[in-house]
Amino acid sequence: MATVELRFSALPEHVRTARLVAAAVARRAGVDEAALDEVRLAVGEACSRAVGLHRSNGVDMPVRVVLTEEEKKFSIEVGDEVPETPSGPGARTADEAAGHPVASGESGTEEAEDEGTMGLAVISGLVDDVEVTSGPGGGTIRMSWPTTPTVELP
Amino acid sequence: MDLSLSTRTVGDRTVVEVGGEIDVYTAPKLREQLVELVNDGSYHLVVDMEHVDFLDSTGLGVLVGGLKRVRAHEGSLRLVCNQERILKIFRITGLTKVFPIHTTVDEAVNATD
Repeated sequence: MATVELRFSALPEHVRTARLVAAAVARRAGVDEAALDEVRLAVGEACSRAVGLHRSNGVDMPVRVVLTEEEKKFSIEVGDEVPETPSGPGARTADEAAGHPVASGESGTEEAEDEGTMGLAVISGLVDDVEVTSGPGGGTIRMSWPTTPTVELP
Repeated sequence: MDLSLSTRTVGDRTVVEVGGEIDVYTAPKLREQLVELVNDGSYHLVVDMEHVDFLDSTGLGVLVGGLKRVRAHEGSLRLVCNQERILKIFRITGLTKVFPIHTTVDEAVNATD
C-alpha cells in the first residue's frame, strides 16, 4: 500500500505542492539528505510533464502521485491519464508539437516542446532507477531512491 | 515561494536578478520579462541566478528561448550561478556548452568573448 497518495488538478500551481510533499515523505522514509534535491526536481519534472500532457490533450482528470516507502527503497510513481498514441510511449510530447506547426521564435511552441523533452532528460540524468511506461490508460514515470534504515525509537 | 524579478542596467548590459523558484508555474513570468527586454532593445542580458532556490526544465526552456531571441539581434545571454544544485541541471542537460556561466555579476558584465 502507498505511504502517501496525492491527486491534484492538472494546474501548474500545484506542482510545487507535489514537490514539497514528495520531499517531506522521502526525508521521513530515510532517503539521504543529499538526494532530496534530486527527489524534488525529479518529481517536479514528472508532474510538470503530466500537467502539460493533460492540458494539451484536454484531459480534466487529476494527476496522480504515489509515494511508497519500501523495505530498502523509496519509490515514486507519477501517472497521467493521457492514453498512448500509435507513435509509442514517450512520443506524446512530440505529437503535441506536431499538431501545432512550429513557428520559429515567437509562438512559444518550440520552447514548450524543448521543455517536454528536457524534462525527461533531466529525470534520466538525475535518477538511476527510472522507468517510463505508457499504455491505453495513460503513462507512468516510476522512480526510486535507496533508503538508509533509521533506528526506530521505542 | 514565488519568483522575484528585478532589472538594472550596467553599461551596455541589462542584469536580470532572479530569486525564488523557477518552475512550470512561475517560468512564464521570466519568459515575459525576457521577451519584454528584447522587445525594448536590450540584447545583452545577464541573468543573475544566485538567489534562485529551484530551477526545472521549464526554466531551462525559458532561458534557451531568451538566448534564441537575443541571438536574433546578435546579442548575448550570460548566466551568473555558483550553486552546485543549479549548475548540475545545466550539466546533465548539456546546457553548460550553450550558456556562458559566470561566478560573479561583475565577471559577466565585463565578459566579451
